[in-house]
Amino acid sequence: MELLSNLALGFQTAVSPMNLLYCLVGALIGTLIGVLPGIGPVQTIAILLPTTFALPPVSALIMLAGIYYGAQYGGSTTSILVNVPGEASAVVTCIDGHQMARQGRAGAALSIAALGSFVAGTFATFVLAVLAVPLSEFAFRFGPAEYFSLMVFGLIGSVVLASGSMLKAVGMIVLGLLLGMIGTDVTSGAHRFTFGIPELADGIGFVSLAMGLFGICDIINSLEKRETRDILKGRLTGFWLSRSDIKASAPAVLRGTLCGSLLGILPGGGAILSSFTAYMLEKKSSRNPESFGQGNICGVAAPESANNAAAQTSFIPLLTLGIPPNVVLAMMAGAMMIHGIQPGPRVIASNPELFWGVIVSMWVGNLILVLLNLPLVGLWVRLLSVPFRLLYPAILLFCCIGLYSVNNNTFDIGLTALCGLLGYVFHKLECEPAPLILGFILGPMMEENLRRGMLLSRGDPAVFFTRPLSLAFLFMAAVLLILVALPSIRRSRESAFKEG
Amino acid sequence: MRIRHPKDFLTGVMFAGFGAAAMVLSFGLTIGSAAKMGPGYFPFALGAFLAVLGAILLLRSLIAARKAQAWPVLHLKPLAIVLLSVVLFSQGLRPLGLVASTVGLVVLASTASHEFRWKEAFLNAVVLVVVVLTVFVYFLEFQIPVWPQLVSGRM
Repeated sequence: MELLSNLALGFQTAVSPMNLLYCLVGALIGTLIGVLPGIGPVQTIAILLPTTFALPPVSALIMLAGIYYGAQYGGSTTSILVNVPGEASAVVTCIDGHQMARQGRAGAALSIAALGSFVAGTFATFVLAVLAVPLSEFAFRFGPAEYFSLMVFGLIGSVVLASGSMLKAVGMIVLGLLLGMIGTDVTSGAHRFTFGIPELADGIGFVSLAMGLFGICDIINSLEKRETRDILKGRLTGFWLSRSDIKASAPAVLRGTLCGSLLGILPGGGAILSSFTAYMLEKKSSRNPESFGQGNICGVAAPESANNAAAQTSFIPLLTLGIPPNVVLAMMAGAMMIHGIQPGPRVIASNPELFWGVIVSMWVGNLILVLLNLPLVGLWVRLLSVPFRLLYPAILLFCCIGLYSVNNNTFDIGLTALCGLLGYVFHKLECEPAPLILGFILGPMMEENLRRGMLLSRGDPAVFFTRPLSLAFLFMAAVLLILVALPSIRRSRESAFKEG
Repeated sequence: MRIRHPKDFLTGVMFAGFGAAAMVLSFGLTIGSAAKMGPGYFPFALGAFLAVLGAILLLRSLIAARKAQAWPVLHLKPLAIVLLSVVLFSQGLRPLGLVASTVGLVVLASTASHEFRWKEAFLNAVVLVVVVLTVFVYFLEFQIPVWPQLVSGRM
């Protein structure tokens, strides 16, 4: 019954006219930016972060969540229509989705993507609501040692998803942790690595780092590629699914939903891993696996449901434990901190209307997407036909103005350019920036817990291995690391990344 | 000795460099002890770890007998133009105002594309000036200088 009253509280918050408006606006502009080829949820959130700063925290988070799933939905639209995935989680949607589009069934593909996402979102929201309270109560038993080990586990999880060398991914985590150290040390008040620059006393701005590494850097990379696009010509018709389509895809939607809900909770999980897994599962369990890649509707339904379910359930570790399981949630964590909310088990107790409001608004947002995006898909298609050479200066401009508005200073804009340069170097060296962002977010928390843990144990590091929960987290981290390093898994991981 | 894997080699150099820098800079801070860590303790340890990772990558790229890999190919023009346009915007915003900075950013950034055309870029800039003024200045009421200092008499 407590669940019902909590959800009622959430509804009150989420459907207040203002919040409903922000949810709508977030979903709309998220789709608007996410639909642009080569721009996924991470880039979209990075670009749009400053737009939420003027809002009260609840509205800002609701809008950001809207931006997140709007961007994800926009990404699938692009995958289906243009065959350019906005980000890794949309790669699998390209395989069958674009084939469907070529067979004149783009409308059906878009519909099943939207409906599957909605079903998945509804289920995952429910999972989130049920699990959140017990998990956060569980998290209250954590001491500094447990938190430190949990963060180690979470960071190692991000290595699983990084393509390429594991050593590089670990290095990027450490580099991110170090970048997170820049600024004033909370405990002693000492300025660290600020080089006497007063603007750095508060640390590197999260927006600058995210926008540089993802927004600006990706624009530079797209300019290098000189890609031409294969845009679907002609009018989109046939959004209604036939009875056989529904019959074929309904089980796929359910399987995808379950798979995504489960994988979304794990560190390193989230949209990308779950959409790949759901697609593989679907292909393996299908009676005619050869039809996958030829425009099988299940090949769209399963991964789209899975990535939306995972997108929702990956909020669980962030909101209950304070650990962002992947880079998109790291962006959300960054945004929460900018609004003065420390993600973690205390959020439910101290800001119940924020917590439940955001959860319910996710469901509302998914509904908005279904109702709005299918009718609006013509508009998105027209947006896709705007040439990149006109779009990227506009994106750059909005980034710059957004950056200026964060602190009303121009230092952040210059810092972003520097981060863009850094991102370019990373890209050229095939070092993925996602683990770095996670490290950056977790760095200060990790240090604080390490210091407190060691202080309590009087300098004895055994505390991390003698407390059972802490040991369990470290053990899981070690297993994960070994699994990733095993040659057989490494090969299949590499092939999974090449599939797109 | 030949570098078999240039990208790993350069990554190694980068990690080792950042790691070493972090270690050196941490020396300027209080390191403290394991029980009472100073501000320099954790960064120093991280720096050391990163430097070791870098060294491993570096050595591996020299020794591992894999097929020789290519050096990364750089296209400096888009990189330089995009970064320059952002930096110029940041420097120009206060003295020149939003309108002039927007035109400068859009036109300069447009030259980075291989499909660049002057007329189109200017047209794009004009459209974006109108959009920016209506959305950010008029509707969202951002506190942002719009006109050059000399014209508006602002200090």
